[in-house]
Amino acid sequence: MQEQIETIYRQEFRRIFATVVRMVRDFDLAEDALQEAFAIAMQQWPEDGLPRNPRAWLVSTARFKAIDRLRKEARLDSLEDLPHEPEADTKDAEDTSIADDQLRLIFTCCHPALAPELQVALTLREICGLTTEAIASAFLVTPTTMAQRLVRGKAKIRNAGIPYEIPSHKHLAERLHAVLTVIYLVFNEGYHASSGDSLERVDLAVEAIRLGRLLLELLPHAEVRGLLALMLLHHARRATRVSADGDLLLLEEQDRSQWDKDMIREGQELLESSLLTRQFGTFTVQAAIAAVHAEAPSADATDWPQIVALYDVLYRMTPSPIVALNRAVAVAMRDGPDAGLTLIDNLLAGDELRRYHLAYAAKADLHRRLGQFREARVAYQQALGLAQQDVEKRFLEKRLVEIDAV
Amino acid sequence: MKYMMLIYSAESLWTEEERAKCMEESVQLTHQLHTQGKFISASPLHYVDTATSVRVRDGKTLITDGPFAETREQLGGYYIVDVDNLDEAIDIASKIPGARKGTVEIRPIFHLDNLPVINN
Repeated sequence: MQEQIETIYRQEFRRIFATVVRMVRDFDLAEDALQEAFAIAMQQWPEDGLPRNPRAWLVSTARFKAIDRLRKEARLDSLEDLPHEPEADTKDAEDTSIADDQLRLIFTCCHPALAPELQVALTLREICGLTTEAIASAFLVTPTTMAQRLVRGKAKIRNAGIPYEIPSHKHLAERLHAVLTVIYLVFNEGYHASSGDSLERVDLAVEAIRLGRLLLELLPHAEVRGLLALMLLHHARRATRVSADGDLLLLEEQDRSQWDKDMIREGQELLESSLLTRQFGTFTVQAAIAAVHAEAPSADATDWPQIVALYDVLYRMTPSPIVALNRAVAVAMRDGPDAGLTLIDNLLAGDELRRYHLAYAAKADLHRRLGQFREARVAYQQALGLAQQDVEKRFLEKRLVEIDAV
Repeated sequence: MKYMMLIYSAESLWTEEERAKCMEESVQLTHQLHTQGKFISASPLHYVDTATSVRVRDGKTLITDGPFAETREQLGGYYIVDVDNLDEAIDIASKIPGARKGTVEIRPIFHLDNLPVINN
């Protein structure tokens, strides 16, 4: 029995929590009340036997505990607002409502009225169930800082009246994009934070993929498929992105035989099912680009015209200078370095990329390919001056040494 | 929940014609909100050059001409609404004409007991 309860705790806590939060509209109260409900289960169940519906038992016990506490604290006006206990007629109805509660909570944690760092912290804590310490270490901040973020986030949700609701149809696409952006932020952070001692640290990329899968289960929209596909197609190359010495390896230097083929296949299938809906957005297009890379036997044998065409589509959806930069690199691969350089120089003449190290790194790389080592050197140094991460700095320094040796 | 919506924009951005149009639109919006039982109060404010600031320090009242802070965008009006949650407040804020030129700041109203109640 004890083991059974522990399994339920491990697998179901966050789901049941979502339901309790919706009922009591207070994260801390819901957390405490549900912990109490589990403690009571530990005492009662071994004697009375497993309830017919353990989840429903836990929800209703936690709800009573929450009401108890509100009564003691004389927060009676909140009591009137407590919704009545839901009557789950069938197991199906109960499953749907629990899934909906989880989806509600995701939209609450990723509400655009919360600052992005709060959205990320709340999602990892309240949806994924990571501890404050684990999130803090993954983002390389102190536990105190992370705890403050969580407190700030919960206070904003409570005081500003951020609802526990799935957005109306009119706003769903926009708000879903906000949720997907949070998940992708977590995913990318997983790569950036992975340079140090990653053994003890939570793998944020894996956590983001898990979140993507959960969201897909709850809301099978095209863009959810697109994002999951994008993450899987990137993650499939994970083992080859860094050399044995911890140095960054470019796509063209990676050992493609080491890419995770099952993961690539799953990504491709998700991508295709998203494309078929014709309601896809930017994540799906980015996944399509990643898929073209994943399918190519080598960098040279990549379908560069296709990649340029996909960047054109992406640029029409989001005309950002970073998309333009990536497109310029693809053009260089299709038409030669000169064509790419013209585009990048035009971009650098504008304001937006002037402080972006990868723009200079790309420029440097094209000069290097043309044998223009003096220009390459200047651009590598500019990139180095702007780069923040050690692994990127090391990469640029290595390149500088290489061209000096020529 | 009750929210106050503060409408900030650069006064110089509005022509007299646009201001008049904005007020007209706002009046319509208040009537819609009233029908839905969400309206509490709303009003435009006179230009910021009519502002007077008052401070009491060491028992002395200091009066100065002008707003509390000189900013690029000025407070030009407000709404107070009673709705279920922030999403509803955001929906209303996005319909306030001032949001198209300036910014609408949504602030939840802090409930204070024992205030006098006005019946009107």
